Amino acid sequence: MAVATMPAPSAKADFRTCPVTGLKVDLAAERLIIVNAVAAVVFLLIGGFYALLLALTRWQAIHLLPADWFYRVLTGHGFDMLVAWIVFFEVAGLYFGGAVMLNARLVAPKVAWLAYILMVVGAVLVNVMTLVAPFDQGAVMFTSYVPLQAHPLWYLGVILFAVGALVAVFIFFATIITAKKERTYEGSMPLVAFGLMAAAIIAVYTLLSGAVAYVPTFLWSIGILPSIDPAFYRNFFWSFGHPAQQINLAAMVAIWYGLAAVTVGANPVNEKLSRFAFILYLFFINLGSAHHLLVDPGYSFAWKATNTSYAMYLAVLGSLIHAFSIPAAVEVAQRRRGFTSGLFGWLKNAPWREPGFSTLVISMVLFGFIGGTTGVVIGTEQINLLAHNTMRLPGHFHATVVAGTTLAFMGFSYYLIPLIFRRKLRLVSWASWQPYIFGLGMALVSIGMIVSGLQGVPRRHWDITFSGAPIDVTLPGATQISLAIMGVGALIAIVGGIMYLAVILASVLTGQKEEARRLTLVMSDQNPLVEHALPNVGKEPEGKESPRGTLVIGVIFIVTFMIYYLSNWWLLGRGWFIR
Amino acid sequence: MLAPQRVWWQPLSRMERSWVIVAFVLCLFFTAMMPFWFVVGRQNVPVTTYRVDPKVYEQVVNDFIAEYKVDEINGIPVVEPPPGGEIYMLARQWQWSPILKLKKGETYKLHLSSTDILHGFSLQPTNMNLMVMPGYDYVAEITPTQVGEYAIVCNEYCGIGHHLMVTKLIVTD
Ligand code: HEM
Ligand SMILES: [Cu+2]
Ligand SMILES: [Cu+2]
Repeated sequence: MAVATMPAPSAKADFRTCPVTGLKVDLAAERLIIVNAVAAVVFLLIGGFYALLLALTRWQAIHLLPADWFYRVLTGHGFDMLVAWIVFFEVAGLYFGGAVMLNARLVAPKVAWLAYILMVVGAVLVNVMTLVAPFDQGAVMFTSYVPLQAHPLWYLGVILFAVGALVAVFIFFATIITAKKERTYEGSMPLVAFGLMAAAIIAVYTLLSGAVAYVPTFLWSIGILPSIDPAFYRNFFWSFGHPAQQINLAAMVAIWYGLAAVTVGANPVNEKLSRFAFILYLFFINLGSAHHLLVDPGYSFAWKATNTSYAMYLAVLGSLIHAFSIPAAVEVAQRRRGFTSGLFGWLKNAPWREPGFSTLVISMVLFGFIGGTTGVVIGTEQINLLAHNTMRLPGHFHATVVAGTTLAFMGFSYYLIPLIFRRKLRLVSWASWQPYIFGLGMALVSIGMIVSGLQGVPRRHWDITFSGAPIDVTLPGATQISLAIMGVGALIAIVGGIMYLAVILASVLTGQKEEARRLTLVMSDQNPLVEHALPNVGKEPEGKESPRGTLVIGVIFIVTFMIYYLSNWWLLGRGWFIR
Repeated sequence: MLAPQRVWWQPLSRMERSWVIVAFVLCLFFTAMMPFWFVVGRQNVPVTTYRVDPKVYEQVVNDFIAEYKVDEINGIPVVEPPPGGEIYMLARQWQWSPILKLKKGETYKLHLSSTDILHGFSLQPTNMNLMVMPGYDYVAEITPTQVGEYAIVCNEYCGIGHHLMVTKLIVTD
């Protein structure tokens, strides 16, 4: 493993030297990482509270909230989770990957503070307006589809937040360019930073599309523009909203590589392949926004089919490559440590009590088996007829952005606390259980939602008994069961979420200050990153070292995938004829 | 996790190469399924769309209802159009109008549009879902294949009365 070399002291910046990694840590970057991470956790807390209320309302047997509060809370949950929690965490991640990992100084920390303030003000504005604006201007969902008109301050909040995020992304670019110029690291950029860079590039065109959607809409809300075309808005909204999810994806995958390295010393078997997969994301992922428009009026089949499939599912190819590379890296690392028995001896002897490792596995399995497969299926042009706006959608994205991304971020932060906050992690046994509990809960939430959606339960819907409607409508009785599964899963996931917050808060507030410390695992004193990591270069894993187990898991995955995919075509084929 | 050592652009191992090939073939298969179904499948997403002034659309729907109205349920007109013709559905906060009576096996041209904001056409329990937008007349050629009573609910959030927005579609032999 090549170690980044100390740079000659260059521009003015205060550094401390991390005793763990030997990296120089820019103190300004460190403070910014801390405040962004704190903001992220605060919004996770609010969004998590909302999640509980929502789940207990959609669990039809409980039906907690009245309609108006349900829709307000739903708007707040979508924004606080998908936008605020995720983006604040990603900004912290960018500063970490750009400055700390590259051993560099953060360019323009003052501007970074400005970006932070813009984001905080924007997010608070959106939250307040969601709750206090007149109902029709507050409960607009985070998508706020025109001609539904939010309060002008609501749009302003979104715009401020997005501008702040864009500034943060440019600071990241400036930082990595400066790092390169000042030669703070040797050789190629580390893979994790490379993945973050891919995420940041996607972020730029994402946020620009967001401006095209939101700025005219804001002008419309204050009466300067007479009207906005609803199809125009949806198109640009999703050119923003969809790639934004791929930022999460790229960031999550980067973290997967990081967790694999930290917990078992795994290095990608072939870096070229992993980098190529990130590049596929860059080029093809923006096409995916079309999959939100598949049953909208006005688009041709050819346009939709080309775009929804990312040209030829090339972004999916990227994910499939990571899906092999990461477990293969883990397997090879484990086998080289001597766990070579059978197909899965390496897995059996893995550090299952280590939160970083269990997070990696649970996040990958739920993201892949539930999130990925359902995503490809509902994004198929014709199958979308069956799925559009049903609970299959939240079912899909709670498997991706919650069980996948959010869990990965949670697991990763256990390792950041000693590094960045310089505190000893507390409640370690909670940390060890937390990924399992949160993962189990989210798996039930996702599956409950997907099964409900398959039976026709709409998303964003307060009352599927339609009480008070002019006509009696009854959805299949089994929806009661699937919604209850979702509700129970939500309660379990909330427990997992509380455990996470407890560990983080206890550590940050009351953890023992600790300066000189090796980077060790949470559950033991080992440091696989240094102790086990063997360079893979120049030595192809062979014989007992080759990742055969991963190949078997891969085959199981493809078979499951095909069964789900083909059964959906079968389901579609039973429907009414439509053209 | 840090910078990769020396050369990392070595060739792929045999196992990696086979995985990439399998994955790529899978992607090609997914890609091919859509045009394949577009040609041979009976369930395809409608593409015919016209621009329409919401006021004009409302007038057209009113004329349609006046011409073929046969009954009324809870204030919603029941309309039985001639088999094989053009039929209309209007979405507004918070009602669908009218209730349609159709014949099994006949193909109708169903027009969908809204006079205010977005709504979602969701036929249940068949589970067929389309977006409905003001200013756009979205035309679906549909052929009911089973008799029975179906519900149309709204599945695009449209305000506080979103859950009240339902109507019926009755298919007879
Ligand atoms: C304990 C964890 C969570 C539970 C139990 C939960 C539950 C729910 C429920 C019940 C809904 C409403 C679905 C509907 O009626 O359409 C919802 C919507 C949503 N959730 Fe979560 N959620 C959780 C965490 C998260 C996280 C961490 C994120 C993002 C990172 C997230 C993103 C979303 C989004 C984007 C929506 C859709 C909002 C909309 O339709 O406007 N959720 N969630
Ligand atoms: Cu509606
Ligand atoms: Cu609605």
